[in-house]
Amino acid sequence: MQSVKEIQVKTPSVATLRPDPLADQLMTVSLGPQHPSTHGVLRLELVLDGEIVVKATPDIGYLHTGIEKTMEKEKWQQVVTVTCRMDYLNSMGNDLGYCLAVEKLMGVEVPKYAQDLRVLFTELNRLSSHLVWFGTHAMDIGAMTGFFYAFIQREKILDLYECATGARLHQSYFIIGGARWDLPSNFRSLCKDFLDGFPAFLAECKKLVTGNRIFQRRTQGVGIMKKDDAISWGLSGPTIRGSGVNWDVRKQEPYSGYDTYDFKVPVYHDCDVWSRYLVRMDEMEESHKICVEALKRLQQPGEFIANHPKLKLPDRDLMKQHIDVMIHHFLVASEGFSVPVGEVYQSIESARGELGFYVVSDGGERPYRVRVRAPSYVNLSALPPMVEGSLLADVVAVIGSIDIVLGDVDR
Amino acid sequence: MSETTEQASVATAPRSSVRYADASLLRTNFADTVVGITEAIGEITVVAKREGLIELLTYLRDEPKLRFNYLSDIGGLDLGEFAAPRFALAYQLYSLEHNHRLRVKVFVEEDDATVPSVVSVWKTANWLEREIYDMFGVNFENHPDLRRILMPADYEGYPLRKDFPIKGY
Repeated sequence: MQSVKEIQVKTPSVATLRPDPLADQLMTVSLGPQHPSTHGVLRLELVLDGEIVVKATPDIGYLHTGIEKTMEKEKWQQVVTVTCRMDYLNSMGNDLGYCLAVEKLMGVEVPKYAQDLRVLFTELNRLSSHLVWFGTHAMDIGAMTGFFYAFIQREKILDLYECATGARLHQSYFIIGGARWDLPSNFRSLCKDFLDGFPAFLAECKKLVTGNRIFQRRTQGVGIMKKDDAISWGLSGPTIRGSGVNWDVRKQEPYSGYDTYDFKVPVYHDCDVWSRYLVRMDEMEESHKICVEALKRLQQPGEFIANHPKLKLPDRDLMKQHIDVMIHHFLVASEGFSVPVGEVYQSIESARGELGFYVVSDGGERPYRVRVRAPSYVNLSALPPMVEGSLLADVVAVIGSIDIVLGDVDR
Repeated sequence: MSETTEQASVATAPRSSVRYADASLLRTNFADTVVGITEAIGEITVVAKREGLIELLTYLRDEPKLRFNYLSDIGGLDLGEFAAPRFALAYQLYSLEHNHRLRVKVFVEEDDATVPSVVSVWKTANWLEREIYDMFGVNFENHPDLRRILMPADYEGYPLRKDFPIKGY
């Protein structure tokens, strides 16, 4: 007869009966597209070894709308209604980049007042975009309150857009030659009220999130992208400045009179999520400074569109008196205008980095080709080397630090 | 963690005069690859053959006087179904060091639409080339992962070709 001890030894353990199916195995999981941190339309195929990311493969195209193709069927002036829908958080910047490219092709000089208008709205746009980034990035990591604080401020900026342009998201306010119309009379005081209150909000945010030890631990040393790699991967905007590269299109290739504004380019050298966070927080301060200066310059009314026969519609009173003026108005409004044959590449500093427009004209009334160098697209391509080897939980922190907009990625 | 905010000491004056590179070096060093150098609207375009393209771009990246260490973009262009050559690729190069730009253009025939991949020169070319493959059907030799990127894997047709209808087939 067997002893109790022998029976116990022969009895298989639970682990032997049901071996862990994941032991020594890699597991492939999908992060997104329905995960909040992937913005609803980005899917990441992650190969995991436990909690460690072995391989990451971004899967994009869920939001692809063929905007570059659509631009080829719109008239030159109509394209701005499409460009603002690409990077919907930086819609004014998109319109500006396209308009600058076409103006360069046409040799049009934009009046000083219109340039200041463009600077003001583009910088307000940078603020509103960074506010969305601040709120969602903090929320991805688990800090909820900052999200509400940021969106209250963003709403105020959208109110300003609505006041000036009639639209909150897709303004199409900039047109080739300048702006669509002048500022309404109450805009300046509303804008001043907002700008006066913004520094206090920013200080509160810094106290709330920047000084938070948990947030710091979740972001410091995470998602490393060294300087040389960042250049080779083509990163731009706050993402490359967080890797120690001092490059801002507004400074290096000034447009719209940016060279006449006094602002600094924040650069951090730790190459991690924390560095990118600090760059954007400092950028908000600098953008605020630019906005204050631009608003000061806009106190006196001026020409908001270039005095070009094809870009500025005739005076309405003249139009009612002279048939030739009426015909001219009709032709410009219905047929549009042609742009000389040629090709240009014009880039601007959007909230996410270098936003470039490669515009080709065959001399017709529509663009022959508009190629958009989208900063989110290029920055996202560098996500795998940033997350491979890190923890799964860090992936959301890294995605937030790149500040992608999927409308910009997929176009 | 160190928090070293480098306050950039970039000159405030416009530097447009130095924006475009002196490409004259290429005429002598790459006489077989460079077909022509044109300047229009203040921008310089180097038209190159695809044979020797990698050597040319590597030279542009490494030559101390040029140092185009940053590939901003690669833009595809369809010149129409009756054009010969039909496709053009425009490489927008930028030098972070010298703050100047240059465009290199390569033309390819429709029945031999293959260009050497420049992923070995700049990593960012990976997705940019995949997009051109996806949208125009231009192949890239030695690309590490050449497959569609924006359209579904089983999609037929190339949406940015001029003969592709706006509303799809």
